[in-house]
Amino acid sequence: MVNAGGVDVVRETPSTRVARARAVLETVPDPEIPVLSVVDLGIVRDVDALADGSLRVGLSPTYSGCPATATIREDVAAALERAGLGPVRVVDVLSPAWSSDWISEEGRRKLLEYGIAPPTRVDAPRLPVACPRCGSVDTERLSEFGSTPCKALYRCRACQEPFDRFKCL
Amino acid sequence: MSATGEIAPSRDASRAQLEYLLRLGDTSLVLAQRLGEWIGHAPAIEEDLGLANTALDLLGQARLLLAYAGEVEGRGRGEDDLAFLREEAEYRNATLAEMPNGDFGDTIVRQLLIDAYQVPLYERLAGSRDPRLAEIAAKALKESRYHLRYSAGWVVRLGDGTEESHTRVQASLERLWPYTLELFDADEIDRGVLASGVGPDLAAVQGEWSARIDAVLAEATLARPAAPRYRWYGKQGRHSEHLGHLLAEMQHLPRIHPGARW
Repeated sequence: MVNAGGVDVVRETPSTRVARARAVLETVPDPEIPVLSVVDLGIVRDVDALADGSLRVGLSPTYSGCPATATIREDVAAALERAGLGPVRVVDVLSPAWSSDWISEEGRRKLLEYGIAPPTRVDAPRLPVACPRCGSVDTERLSEFGSTPCKALYRCRACQEPFDRFKCL
Repeated sequence: MSATGEIAPSRDASRAQLEYLLRLGDTSLVLAQRLGEWIGHAPAIEEDLGLANTALDLLGQARLLLAYAGEVEGRGRGEDDLAFLREEAEYRNATLAEMPNGDFGDTIVRQLLIDAYQVPLYERLAGSRDPRLAEIAAKALKESRYHLRYSAGWVVRLGDGTEESHTRVQASLERLWPYTLELFDADEIDRGVLASGVGPDLAAVQGEWSARIDAVLAEATLARPAAPRYRWYGKQGRHSEHLGHLLAEMQHLPRIHPGARW
């Protein structure tokens, strides 16, 4: 049997479906920080291929009130359905609560390249914050809050540039 | 004990649980609405963003709590029905949350008083016997700690700032202080959720709140006001004159366009 995505769903094993779904999720961008995928962001908790042929994806919201959460949920379902992996059910996984420590190494590198200082580990919040442009650690926090719930606003004293920093949560 | 006598305690427990969830959810929702009133009006863009982001976190917490309250109630009401279609007397928020914004100092003092309460509260609720409430609290706790850092930082800056900022923020503290008593004044519902392991011991929350507040006030060179002489009971649905106006604005659109989507 071949489904809408042209994939033979009968011959595909659950583990192959899950692996394929994970690969698709690596291409779904965060709507606010599009260089990061939802996998880089560390919000994909689990992917299960259910016996009825549907897919269940557990996502952890970053912040309780993050307006991007609903968009991410829709984007994830749409991308998986386009890849012929539907029907998809996306569920919220609140516990354990998401932590910025879950952002992947790859994600941290991408943030830095994009001009956002990645978060330090939550248990080491006092480490200096390096400017993503010039690398100087002579930086100061301008505001605890930035343009999205997940960021704070900083300034580099060396190159004078303001920059966003991913909050440690 | 008769059969009905055995059923009654569990019915009481679920009523207490529902009331308690509404208290938590409504306090976050009403405070979020108040903070949202600052958008476009804060003294600087950083503070506009700070207050709006705090509001967003609180709104997210309120949604989780009210959605859960609707399920516990079991009458098919969702988060939106509870937020937009209840009357003033059905709201269970602490009166402090509905106090008008006043100036930035009033807002930030109100925020400190509530943040310093939510942190020890959520710390305990994260270990609640109600697993759903525990996971909402564990998530909210991370956000509330961040909020507390922000509000405490501003109270210190204003208190230990100019003569004018010190005088004004001390006056804010005196005005809002009487409303803090309600947060810790355990009533039948609070005792019910404590007994069932769902809610915390408010005396312990108060102890931590008090220590945190004293530390911030000391750094801010502000004086702790005298013990309040009267009490408010917003959590029992008896509100100040301010909540009705807040709800009128918040509920206006959903009420004139019921069920509207965009």
